[in-house]
Amino acid sequence: MEIKKLERNGKIIFSEYKRGGGIIKALSMKRDEILFELKDSKLKGRGGAGFPTSTKWMLTAASISDEKYIICNADEGEPGTFKDRVLLSEYPELVFDGMVIGGYTIGAKLGIVYLRGEYEYLQKPLEDYLNEMREDNLLGKNILGKEGFDFDIEIFLGSGAYVCGEETALIESLEGNRGEARNRPPYPVNTGYNGKPTSVNNVETLATIPHIILKGAEWFRNTGTDKSSGSKLFSISGDCDKPGVYELPWGTTINELLDLVEAKNIKAVQIGGASGFCYPKSQFDRKLAYEDAATGGSIIIFNENRNMVSVLKNFMEFFVEESCGQCTPCRIGNTKLLEGVKQIEKGVHTFSYINKLRDLGKTMQVASKCGLGQSSPNAFISILDNFKDEVLNYNNGGANGRN
Amino acid sequence: MFVEEKTSLAVEIESLVKKYGNDRSALLTILHEIQKQHRYISDYAQQEIARHLNIHPVEVYSVISFYAFLNSEPKGRNIVRICRTVSCEMKGKEALEKAIERELGIRIGETTKDKKFTVEYANCLGLCDVAPAMSINDRVYTRLTPEKAVQLLNEVK
Ligand SMILES: Cc1cc2nc3c(=O)[nH]c(=O)nc-3n(C[C@H](O)[C@H](O)[C@H](O)COP(=O)(O)O)c2cc1C
Ligand code: SF4
Ligand code: FES
Repeated sequence: MEIKKLERNGKIIFSEYKRGGGIIKALSMKRDEILFELKDSKLKGRGGAGFPTSTKWMLTAASISDEKYIICNADEGEPGTFKDRVLLSEYPELVFDGMVIGGYTIGAKLGIVYLRGEYEYLQKPLEDYLNEMREDNLLGKNILGKEGFDFDIEIFLGSGAYVCGEETALIESLEGNRGEARNRPPYPVNTGYNGKPTSVNNVETLATIPHIILKGAEWFRNTGTDKSSGSKLFSISGDCDKPGVYELPWGTTINELLDLVEAKNIKAVQIGGASGFCYPKSQFDRKLAYEDAATGGSIIIFNENRNMVSVLKNFMEFFVEESCGQCTPCRIGNTKLLEGVKQIEKGVHTFSYINKLRDLGKTMQVASKCGLGQSSPNAFISILDNFKDEVLNYNNGGANGRN
Repeated sequence: MFVEEKTSLAVEIESLVKKYGNDRSALLTILHEIQKQHRYISDYAQQEIARHLNIHPVEVYSVISFYAFLNSEPKGRNIVRICRTVSCEMKGKEALEKAIERELGIRIGETTKDKKFTVEYANCLGLCDVAPAMSINDRVYTRLTPEKAVQLLNEVK
């Protein structure tokens, strides 16, 4: 695929940056100062879970070991997200500089990019880019003359498994195993890749860090809300005239976002991909933020002509296919939920059975071993709750005569 | 399998092990390379890889069976993947799929008689803003129409 740089505007990530800038500044700081700056910025992980990045790095830095690793999670598999693709293809300097700063801060010598197999076409340009960084001594030994700071980056190609985006499954996969999530604790910050302390960070999280280091925590906090500092990349697709990746401050409402992408006659917005929640029109004044409508950035828009039962069916098929099958609530649960949706589609469901499935979904949310099974019922439950008339009376003459 | 073919595969695996090491953590990279070259990982290849990495062949098989992009049965020379996830579904994935099925005379999941194509579904290719999307081997194509998709297949050698 042809990779071209579009003109993009944004307050933080898409603000001006020159390769190496963040690294130069970081190497002039003490590790504690970097951690303090990050803590002060209140940066939270952009991969979905929203864990404070400074805490993750602090724990990894404090873990005593001869070897440590920083991993860039580029497995981007959530349906409807493509922001990491844009960062990797158009802004590799941000992602890699973020990894170098991370390596310096936590004391890692090696960074690994776990690149999803579907993005294989990005591997070669990224390898070339890493070579340029090596030539400029932004990677390698005694980076930029900093005595004793050796760091390099490798790219590892995934093989088509959504669950490998979950950090412990990702580590299993790197170690040459089936990508099955591990029990936690222990957490990767203590026992990660090869049993060593490891920080797994999302592409966007890493890409934000060089800016924070250069321009400071306060500058960063000036954007966004109190609990969700900074900005976020949103991957917007579905029914709108201007789909694409947008950088917006946290706290932007769904309505504002719909205006921006010129979406008209919209009845539903799926926030957070297949594992997220479906919002009806009455909730379009909700804020996109960790404290309100939280999201890793996938936004899929549905207009009034869309059929929510087939949308839900598509999501459930996805989870049945991608469940690693390790634990029963997720393996069996998703199959049952999909069967339920198919019954609705055929009009052979009973209300009481669908209600039972809703309870099953609640059980899956607490009983599943990893985030996949814990979040896969979200779409089922929220579509059922928010579009009850349409869903339960599907194929049944509409909702009491209404459509 | 011919003996000659066997030995060339053995040599290939040996050189991959030399390049990536005989650590368990080299397994997926080695499998990926074999898959790329041969479009599948034969029983014989699995045994050879297991021997070099000092693990049981069943473990190699179990890893292959986990990942969508690895397979132990032969496939077509070109792998076509049509994105079946929501944003592509909304933008006409079904018409794409039907046109390709008609044109090649196979269903999704099958391989053409001449072994030229295997057509599969993919889950979200990360190109939802330029949907519908599909990939042919490691290249991706976006904003497809049924005609355009078929034309792309015709251009494949
Ligand atoms: C099923 C599943 C898939 C995930 N996929 C991704 C992914 O593709 N990219 C990502 O960064 N995080 C993904 N995560 C979250 C990671 O486990 C982890 O929280 C994240 O990489 C941490 O980075 P952050 O703190 O920078 O957000 C996934 C989690 C689950 C449960
Ligand atoms: S919740 Fe699903 S994906 Fe996660 S470990 Fe259980 S079966 Fe595997
Ligand atoms: S839904 Fe097809 S590329 Fe994302």
